[in-house]
Amino acid sequence: MTAKPLLPLDPDLVMRARGLAGRAGRPVVDLARSHTTVSVERATLRLAGLTGADPEGIPWVNRLADAVAEQVGIESGIAASIFHALNQGDYPDLTRLAHASAAGAVTFEAPQGKARDAARERSLAAVQAGFDRIDAQRGHRSQMVRDIGDPPQRPWIYLIVATGDIYEDIPQAQSAAKAGADIIAVIRSTGQSLLDYVPEGATREGFAGTYATGENFRLMRAALDETSAEIGRYVRLCNYASGLCMPEIAALAGMNRLDMMLNDCMYGILFRDINPIRTFVDQRFSRQIHARAGIIINTGEDNYLTTADAVEAAHTVTVSQLLNEYFAHEAGLPDELLGLGHAFEINPEVPESFRMELAHALLARQLFPDAPLKWMPPTKHMTGDVFRGNLLDGFFNLAGVMTGQSILLVGMMTEAVVTPWLSDRDIALQNVRYVLSAAGGLTEDFRPPPDGFIANRANQVLGEAVDLLERIEADGLLNAIADGTFGIMKRPADGGRGLEGVAKRAADYYNPAVELLNGEGTRS
Amino acid sequence: MSQIVRPYGDTTGDGMVQLSFTLPVAHDKRAEGAALQLASKMGLDGAMLVHAKPIGTGHTFFVVYGAATHLVNLDEVKVVERDYPILGPKEVNEAIKAGLGRKLCVVGACIGTDAHTVGIDAILNIKGVAGEKGLEYYRELRVVNLGAQVAVPDLVNRAVDEGADAVLVSQVVTQKDAHLHNTREMSAAFREALPPGKRPLLVIGGPRFDEHAADELGVDRIFTRGTTPSDVASYLVHRLVTSKEAA
Repeated sequence: MTAKPLLPLDPDLVMRARGLAGRAGRPVVDLARSHTTVSVERATLRLAGLTGADPEGIPWVNRLADAVAEQVGIESGIAASIFHALNQGDYPDLTRLAHASAAGAVTFEAPQGKARDAARERSLAAVQAGFDRIDAQRGHRSQMVRDIGDPPQRPWIYLIVATGDIYEDIPQAQSAAKAGADIIAVIRSTGQSLLDYVPEGATREGFAGTYATGENFRLMRAALDETSAEIGRYVRLCNYASGLCMPEIAALAGMNRLDMMLNDCMYGILFRDINPIRTFVDQRFSRQIHARAGIIINTGEDNYLTTADAVEAAHTVTVSQLLNEYFAHEAGLPDELLGLGHAFEINPEVPESFRMELAHALLARQLFPDAPLKWMPPTKHMTGDVFRGNLLDGFFNLAGVMTGQSILLVGMMTEAVVTPWLSDRDIALQNVRYVLSAAGGLTEDFRPPPDGFIANRANQVLGEAVDLLERIEADGLLNAIADGTFGIMKRPADGGRGLEGVAKRAADYYNPAVELLNGEGTRS
Repeated sequence: MSQIVRPYGDTTGDGMVQLSFTLPVAHDKRAEGAALQLASKMGLDGAMLVHAKPIGTGHTFFVVYGAATHLVNLDEVKVVERDYPILGPKEVNEAIKAGLGRKLCVVGACIGTDAHTVGIDAILNIKGVAGEKGLEYYRELRVVNLGAQVAVPDLVNRAVDEGADAVLVSQVVTQKDAHLHNTREMSAAFREALPPGKRPLLVIGGPRFDEHAADELGVDRIFTRGTTPSDVASYLVHRLVTSKEAA
């Protein structure tokens, strides 16, 4: 569904912005292609079918990857060493090999010659099984959408559940879907992004959210399949491929038919102090997986506006969207899987704040006419005055339908007060339904004059974005991040968490997942 | 002048309040009766049910108006004052800039075997918690977050190297009172390494601490469940900037 252009943007300036984003991003892509990380390697083992955890709860993929990293290193990829050990030893599968390795009974080595060919071949077949699972899930989703159908309206309505207990989340998610949600996002436990492993199994204790695990994904998807059939539209499931285990969570998402994943190119660097190189390497791999799995990514530009001023920093959103677009395209994601983010976060005390919101929202809509844009509700200026909050959410919903946004995250009037109550969610959905039914087609009539306030403001933001992109391109993206260009955080390339898990790929680097992903029409 | 007050609707003394709530009951006459009975038990006289709406099949949302029968005597209102004022990020930054003339350095860590960085990250990371930005967001604070499983000697050395004004330690795991042992070990190590005037302010946080145990554990302050970054930032300013100016 291509959005119609409503703003008189200078096409040369738009082209220039995209060109600059590509030139700024290219060195980072080269970095991503010449490095690997422990999480990329562990994701490969997950695709090869290794599951489960030791009695301490440390996953076998971690135990096995750590053993190889310690004995051989990860520069050449760990698959050849592991499958060579499997070929040599008396182990029926990766799980038994991991058990033996944890007991100290396995010596890993980098195989050479025919042994290496045999190990690589076997690893390729094992990982192919993981991709077969991902492909089957993608096919299953298409089939369900054909049989049951998509939501009848745009924007799709996105609601959050976050109890910490997957078995409590499930009935809440099902009732939210019945009440009108088209997308259910399960918020993760605070701090999961900084765990260097993915917890295992169904979990019932999280902090302000529920752990992302393969089993939790499977349970929730099965429950929503049931509800989808019941209510006659395919309800999508969203989670987070971010933090130190981004590639592994992407793989688990693909194999368990998640439909959307939060996956921003810089969020972890800026807001979680994860090492920039680790992030970019992990991100590229995870986006390749998402492309393969047909998963819509959601980017996190809304976060810049919660830290910086939404008027002054409006152009940083545009810059980040353009960078996210470049990285996503490069990793093989088409426009229809590109849920670029933006948010309604201008201080309502600022005069003409709603007109500026419309300008920013239209700018994003017009720059990315084929992308399923994700429109995020006010959070920063929700004060606990729930009455005013409900009004603000109404204006947010109105801006969303007027500017043709694709995914609308439902705002709660009790934002910053409590985690949403049942009645808060019901009132919020009532607000959305009213706006959709009263003004759902308003985008057809909305033609801001070409020399008016909205058009001028949009052009101004685009101009500022191009200026910033010029500085980033001249300085280098990693330096710009180190200098605090985005979200005011300074993050040097040699700092942050997870750097010790990054290695430059050796000349004989081999990763069967990378081979399969690159062989499948990824533009690299 | 009477110090007795009642809520104000549109006439002095009318006592009118407005209330909304959900009952886990399907919407019917009985549910409405239940809502009115609840309002009456809450002390509302002549309660009017103005809105009832089913949510799903098993819940109903109500809006009720009524006159509160309770009175409040302003003279009898007791307030527990925090011993320091809560400041916003801007005020914290201004106070540090004016009072200290340099950035205030905070070193944070989870010590011992505790790998749960959820507490320290909620307070320190820019992402923050409960809608508040963490201490990294404060321009006049220099935050060094050492992360999880930091050995006490490493923490002391780093705090000395950084010239820390305050050390924030989070302890979530409480098996065999590990949080208490770790905290005592930490405070003892700082006492050993530095003379009293040179020691950074020691602040400990975790959901299972007793707020009153600071002296016993040898730390300056304990924060427990529900603490937000501005609580901590305001305390740091109070102890390290404002109260020093006053002294």
